[in-house]
Amino acid sequence: MIVELGHMALLIAFSLSVFQSVVPMWGARTNAPNLMATADISSLAILGFITLSFCALMWAYATSDFSVVNVWQNSHSQMPFIYKLSGTWGNHEGSMLLWVFILALFAAAVGVFGKNLPTTLRANVLGVQAWLLTTFLFFIVATSNPFARQTPTIEGQDLNPILQDIGLAIHPPMLYVGYVGFSITFAFSIAALIEGRIDSAWARWVRPWAMIAWIFLTAGIAMGSYWAYYELGWGGWWFWDPVENASFLPWLSGTALLHSALVMEKRDSLKIWTVLLAIITFSLSLLGTFLVRSGVLTSVHTFASDPARGLFILAILSAFVGGALFLFAFRASRLEQGGLFAPISREGALVLNNVLLSTSAATVLVGTLFPVVYEAITGAKISVGAPFFNLTFGALMLPLVLVLPFGPLLGWKRGDIFAVCQRLMFALVIAVVVMIIAFGFLESGPWIAPLMIAISVWLIVGAFAEVLQRSGFPKAGLKKSLTRLVGLKRSIWSTAIAHAGVGVTMLGIVFVTIYETESVAILNPGEKAEAAGFEIEFEGYQTQSVANYSEEIVRLSIRKDGKLVSNGSPSKRFYPARQTPTSEASINTFGFSQLYIALGEVRPDGAVVLRIWWKPLITLIWLGTVLMVLAGGISLTDRRARIGSPKLSKSREVEAAAEASAIA
Amino acid sequence: MPRSFLIFGVIAWAWLSSLSAAFAEQQLEPALEERAKLLFIELRCVVCQNQSIRDSDADVAKDLRTIVREQIVAGKSDREIRTFLVDRYGEFILLKPVFAWHTFILWAAPFGLLLLAGALIFRAGRRQSNFVEAELSNEEEQEIARLLEK
Repeated sequence: MIVELGHMALLIAFSLSVFQSVVPMWGARTNAPNLMATADISSLAILGFITLSFCALMWAYATSDFSVVNVWQNSHSQMPFIYKLSGTWGNHEGSMLLWVFILALFAAAVGVFGKNLPTTLRANVLGVQAWLLTTFLFFIVATSNPFARQTPTIEGQDLNPILQDIGLAIHPPMLYVGYVGFSITFAFSIAALIEGRIDSAWARWVRPWAMIAWIFLTAGIAMGSYWAYYELGWGGWWFWDPVENASFLPWLSGTALLHSALVMEKRDSLKIWTVLLAIITFSLSLLGTFLVRSGVLTSVHTFASDPARGLFILAILSAFVGGALFLFAFRASRLEQGGLFAPISREGALVLNNVLLSTSAATVLVGTLFPVVYEAITGAKISVGAPFFNLTFGALMLPLVLVLPFGPLLGWKRGDIFAVCQRLMFALVIAVVVMIIAFGFLESGPWIAPLMIAISVWLIVGAFAEVLQRSGFPKAGLKKSLTRLVGLKRSIWSTAIAHAGVGVTMLGIVFVTIYETESVAILNPGEKAEAAGFEIEFEGYQTQSVANYSEEIVRLSIRKDGKLVSNGSPSKRFYPARQTPTSEASINTFGFSQLYIALGEVRPDGAVVLRIWWKPLITLIWLGTVLMVLAGGISLTDRRARIGSPKLSKSREVEAAAEASAIA
Repeated sequence: MPRSFLIFGVIAWAWLSSLSAAFAEQQLEPALEERAKLLFIELRCVVCQNQSIRDSDADVAKDLRTIVREQIVAGKSDREIRTFLVDRYGEFILLKPVFAWHTFILWAAPFGLLLLAGALIFRAGRRQSNFVEAELSNEEEQEIARLLEK
């Protein structure tokens, strides 16, 4: 019964979104306030019905209702409860439902928080958002109904074991909030193109939404990377896999978007480019969710195995992306360009940022799609893998990180490069000192290592140059500087922290790529192995049978200089329902570095094969992204970035009132 | 380098390494093993999702590692080894595609796009410099001076 209610709610939400696709926009055209106002109510109603529907599916999962095909295919009565719940979105149909749920959530949020947007703009934005809702609800109902029934069976087929992990419970929803968040910037762009009007206020409204999406996307990608690192069991953290690339693409263009919207907001410049970037970013998000899902990327053949779904997805993609770009080509010339600037200026630096970020996004896109297109045309298979991406992407990122510290220090309109160089001198000096120390201490490794370390340090220290300058330290004295730091605009802090985060991530990447060590040990019970300065002893071995899997666990003790520092328990699991083995690595953190031990095999004679990695400073990779997320959060609390139009602070209000009376 | 010396090196290293199972393979002497490792990264484990033969412990990956090591010992150059593997497994095995006409778009894309962007910006800059920033009239200057004094 509940399942049928869920299905019904989905259908009602669909009809409401058809309504919302037409009526408010018609109202905006004919200037009818009551028609436009319907969008606020309908967007809330749609959210309500989709929430109902989503809860119904979750209920079916929670109660292991195997009369629902989707539950039967992806769940198991013995699974831990948390994975039963997260299993709701661990499959195609359920994750589609989650996707539209978030879409509806964002639409409703615009309705609620966007009260101070111009009414026509709000109506158009909600209208475009409803086009998306309509299309994807139709897709679910027509090709991917999660509520389909069958004759009840006793036991489910289990969730893919690799997905039975706390990472899965959080990672996809995060990523989806990121992807779908960019639908708002897309809707704003389409609305602006329809109205043929755009100004810096538009950028101010759009930027917080883009920032929210970017924060979640960053966190989602970072989590996915860490999840792959500990779950897949060979210690890689980024594989340039098509699925990963698909999430990385909107991140790259979204990052570019955040920066170009800044120029638009402050200087009324780069307007057309910003609109295009907003369209591209959401298009890449769609590509990320659906092209991956359709199976086109991994193999053309999976695509053919479910032609209805695949073709539908292709049609949706081309309609939205093609339609948006067509509209852009048709209407962009109506948007006025403003704000002139010299090549060496804050704007100039942000343009360079945009050129490099979007070129690198394009490179990753070409690299990801090339094998598919190549096979379709010639019939021959070709691989484009990590070595290609590392080379090309790296070559494009290097200039970006080198000039990054300059950007925030340059003045708007016309910058003074010499003054900026002077201010960055201390960062350069620190970087060079670190490089010399690195040359001295790290004898092994290629010559380029100290240089790359120095560049990371340059990024981290250079990021705080503006903060330091604004504090007036050391001239102003320590105490005064500190008070100034507290009162500093939030946006300056967020810029500094985000850029330093890039440096921290880069430092981690450099260290782990160059100084990682790997060894293999075959141990009998009681035997010891030496690896990366640790002494690892194989203490014993046990098997256990848990819920829906059985597990072989190896107990290890890890000693350094004879002292016990940690215990390890790498294991192998076997999930009988899907006949799938998984490997659970043992990860021991020491400072920022990790000792990663994976169980290779357990031999009949009782010996175990262990693969042991020393991953120096690897956690910095993810700590850097934590900094970026934090910076995004700080930027959102900045008064001028509040969703909707900014309110004046108390003191400014008084000033404004005084000004007003003076003018009068 | 004389072949016999190489073979001696291999034998010497074989007994030094106590490894013999998954990944516990007979390694070459360090300099050669280093070369092998660089090649492993570039070669795809042909049955895996997206793994190089360095990372995978599939049987195919083990066999491929053995083949690469054998070829290195036999004195083949990296290029010869790649050609040998491409002849057997097709270009699919190379994670880093060759630079040739049929992969031109792939390799040209990053730098082509960068050049294109540069050209567009240069053009936009030229067009922009045709505009002269509006000069202020005398009265406007005076108005500014008056406002600044206040």
